[in-house]
Amino acid sequence: MLAYIIRRLIYAIPILVGVNLLTFTLFFVVNSPDDMAASQLGDKYVTPEAIQAWKVKNGYDKPLFINSESEGLQSVTDTIFFNKSLRLFAFDFGRSESGRDITTDVSTRMWPSLAVALPSFVIGIWVNICVALMVVMFHATRLDRWAVFLFVSLMSISYLFYIIGGQYLVAKTWKLVPVSGFHSEGDVWRFLILPVLVGVIAGIGSGARWYRTLFLEEANQDYVRTARAKGASEMKILFGHILPNAMIPILTGVVVLIPSLFMGSLLIESFFGIPGLGSYMLDAIKSQDFAIVRSMVFIGSILYIFGLILTDISYTWADPRVRLN
Amino acid sequence: MTSARAVCATLGLTALMLLGGCGEGPWNNPNPPSPEGQLVYQSVMSPAPPKHLDPAISYASDESLFIFQIYEPPMGYHFLKRPYELEPQGVEDFPVETYLDESGNEVTADSDQIAFTRYTLKVREDAHYQPHPAFATKENGEPLYLFSTAEEGAGYKQVPDFPETASRPVHANDYAYQIKRLADPALGSPMLGFMAQYIVGMAEFTAGLEALDRDGWLNLDDYPMEGLEVVDERTLSITIKGRYPQFVYWLAMHFFVPVPPEADRFYANPGFLDRNLTLDWWPIGSGPFMMVKNDPNSEIVLERNPNYREDYFPTEGEPGDLEAGNLVDAGKRVPFVDRAVYRLEKEVLPLWTKFLQGYYDRSGETHGNTNSVYDQAFVVGPDGVEMSADVADHGIRMDPDVKPGIYYYGFNMRDPVVGGYTEEKRKLRRALQIVFNVEEYLAIFRKGNGIVAHNVIPPGIAGHLEGEAGINPYTHVWKDDQAVRRSIDEAKQLLVEAGYPNGRDARTGEPLKIFIDVQSQAVGKTQMNWMDRSFSQIGIQVEFRPADWNRTREKLLTGNSQIYSYGWLADYPDPENFLFLLYSPESPLVCKCDGTNNSNFENAEYDELFRKVRVTPPGPERDVMVARMVEIFREEAVWLYAYYPKDIYLANAWVTNTKRHGITKATLKYINLDAGMREQKRAEWNQPVTWPLYAGAMMLVVLILPGVIAYRRRQNATARRNHNG
Repeated sequence: MLAYIIRRLIYAIPILVGVNLLTFTLFFVVNSPDDMAASQLGDKYVTPEAIQAWKVKNGYDKPLFINSESEGLQSVTDTIFFNKSLRLFAFDFGRSESGRDITTDVSTRMWPSLAVALPSFVIGIWVNICVALMVVMFHATRLDRWAVFLFVSLMSISYLFYIIGGQYLVAKTWKLVPVSGFHSEGDVWRFLILPVLVGVIAGIGSGARWYRTLFLEEANQDYVRTARAKGASEMKILFGHILPNAMIPILTGVVVLIPSLFMGSLLIESFFGIPGLGSYMLDAIKSQDFAIVRSMVFIGSILYIFGLILTDISYTWADPRVRLN
Repeated sequence: MTSARAVCATLGLTALMLLGGCGEGPWNNPNPPSPEGQLVYQSVMSPAPPKHLDPAISYASDESLFIFQIYEPPMGYHFLKRPYELEPQGVEDFPVETYLDESGNEVTADSDQIAFTRYTLKVREDAHYQPHPAFATKENGEPLYLFSTAEEGAGYKQVPDFPETASRPVHANDYAYQIKRLADPALGSPMLGFMAQYIVGMAEFTAGLEALDRDGWLNLDDYPMEGLEVVDERTLSITIKGRYPQFVYWLAMHFFVPVPPEADRFYANPGFLDRNLTLDWWPIGSGPFMMVKNDPNSEIVLERNPNYREDYFPTEGEPGDLEAGNLVDAGKRVPFVDRAVYRLEKEVLPLWTKFLQGYYDRSGETHGNTNSVYDQAFVVGPDGVEMSADVADHGIRMDPDVKPGIYYYGFNMRDPVVGGYTEEKRKLRRALQIVFNVEEYLAIFRKGNGIVAHNVIPPGIAGHLEGEAGINPYTHVWKDDQAVRRSIDEAKQLLVEAGYPNGRDARTGEPLKIFIDVQSQAVGKTQMNWMDRSFSQIGIQVEFRPADWNRTREKLLTGNSQIYSYGWLADYPDPENFLFLLYSPESPLVCKCDGTNNSNFENAEYDELFRKVRVTPPGPERDVMVARMVEIFREEAVWLYAYYPKDIYLANAWVTNTKRHGITKATLKYINLDAGMREQKRAEWNQPVTWPLYAGAMMLVVLILPGVIAYRRRQNATARRNHNG
């Protein structure tokens, strides 16, 4: 397995370079270093000298990919792409365009992200699986048809509606929890109830419907009929036979998301005032802070690759017949 | 039954958690308990948290909200008086101006030999810095926190982590040091390019520093700047080139606040930058407040500076202030609040909800509340914008604010179709000005919150005239004591005279089509449709070119725009700060820079007058020149339309002294609160509604119970019964 993991990690390098290249190209298609300088310096009294000075200070005075004024290897290394993007491979995220240390910011902001994302994720999966199993138990009945109708309806509603509706009902009308906010100390749970509730409810439609499909496929297998013929209870069949056998597709969809939980959610964090990495990324895009954008995309890519490797490893746990080689 | 039990357990846990929260006041209170005995002001910061708090680097109103509470510039503005009035703040009196000739000899103010102006400032004796570890020293006088390696200071993550603090009086050298910081190329101050044109020796100082091989802290005190002289501990002189009467206004901006050299030395400690321990994030000032928490991701907390000088609430204001209750605290010592908490609120909806619940004292600090999200709060009544009934029930107060600024759509005067200086071109532009009904535009799209601009200079600033004398005679007539827009027929006639009868080119027969560059985020489809309909009244077609600000800026820099949108908010209350929007050397095509004359307007008389206005002190002579410049602006019809933005800010009933100041943000020290009323109202408005909890639990039971029953029935059913069934 170790050889497999090492091989996968080596494969990840060209993927990361590609992601970096794409992010870099896309960013500089929309923004030039001059735009970035003007955005950072403000709109008034910005002289060409000030823009040039900002570019020199922040290392944006070089060509993007090829420096024709340099010779040999330097024509590649003395460029913005090399200096800004490839340093990330040494996990040197550097400073944001406003001068803050990105590593410090990321390490501070990932915890609030995780505080919301982890309970939403765990409770969400648990609720979705339970609901899906219950619906499977009543397959082909009126209850099943209504449940599917409900799932599709829930899926069709915009995520924003759940957020605004949740804030309006629970926080504004019923005044049960704060409408938004976050404090790292004290009763932080009060701020988590609503975003977690919204996250779980908004995910029931698509989640439960997906699990229902997986479980139904298993429910028609011979081993289920055999178990039932042997007198096993429905609970035993559902949780003891169907669920473990449906684990491979469940793990495929779920495990890959686990590392990405650190990255947070753009909408939830923005509306609920959670100072996490989702809103960090959003602010960076708005303020044309390329240093943060490239670092976040890089971290996101690594976490995703890590998630894929974890998924593969989890297969061996779910199904002993699977061998990684 | 496992899942049913788990659901019940979760519900029970949630209920317990919620009930646990009911011990201390309302359940939905997002604010942590205030420190005992402190008067805490609760507010919000802008959705984009501050990026710079270094007074040499920052140049954004959202950031100056904090900088102006922490630092005290030499000059400031009277809180209540209008038109805006300068007054000394960090210095004892107005700067003494001395005029010098080329050889440095003193000359009189009316001399034509003036080559330099020297401003002499006397620093207040009672000005002291906030307590800060940068001032802490050992017994031998050496700095206490001066580390040679990053490891030594690794335990300090934030400024409040340092146990020892100290303070000292503000010295004249601190002002000089900050001006040198403006010139330091390593800081990249946005003011460097502009100020180097005026302050003697600033450009040379910058060049000198650029040539240095720097490593670590550079004590700028070791490098003299020709235009700066620290006469004694409390006296500083600044020499600028020529005459520039507006310089005194710049002394009221945060670029000129005192910064102690100890600050830079302290923050230059190894490893501090990696933990964001910088002056950019932890200011050191002598103003009424000091920063005790800076988490731009969540909240910024200011606390009363215990070393702040004796400062009192003004005893006089403008007419009407007494009646409006703005002088209730006259003569009392400021600041009133002990602590101010600014929370980051990215979305308007939660902000608005919390404001209505009483958890924010005011609805915002730097952005008004007249956008569409606040529609529910306002109604347009016969007297303009009024509050809706449910909002008025809360006792909320409106603070209108006519910003000293102007938003406009300008013509590119170099454009072959709408630009040019012939009579035909002027008539074409005037026809377009008439059909663009600004009054209607403001009523529809800004809920009436704006004032039609007949002049490039906004209200409250010399050169702006009200009434008949203040109207633009080319677009309006004075009728029944009000300005009435000229008719569409007149616009059509102008179009005929311009060579475009019925909106078609008289020579080619081609329809006239104009192109407007709009910023995609600022202008919606409805606004475009409205403008389209307006111009179609005289047969003109319009095409919009939406783009983000970067692309719009690019077009302005290269002159590739026909009609563009732009706005300008005053840095200081002087007509010069607006008239330069049409000064030809400010054209981006002339200066090859981000100039402000985006219309590329060129008029020799206007330019000559502007040069004179710039160096003439306020008075009748200057007023005549300003009036002529405004006349030229109207004659040439340089802008399609313009309005002075007006915003509305809301304050809960327990907050007082909330009068808006259009120029400075140094107003937190005047805010006062009735904490008792706030607590009472919060409790009254936020009684939790608990029935949904029980209803939710019941609903879950109702949903689960049939399933449980059906499951049991199925489990207990026999094969035979099933078959028969």
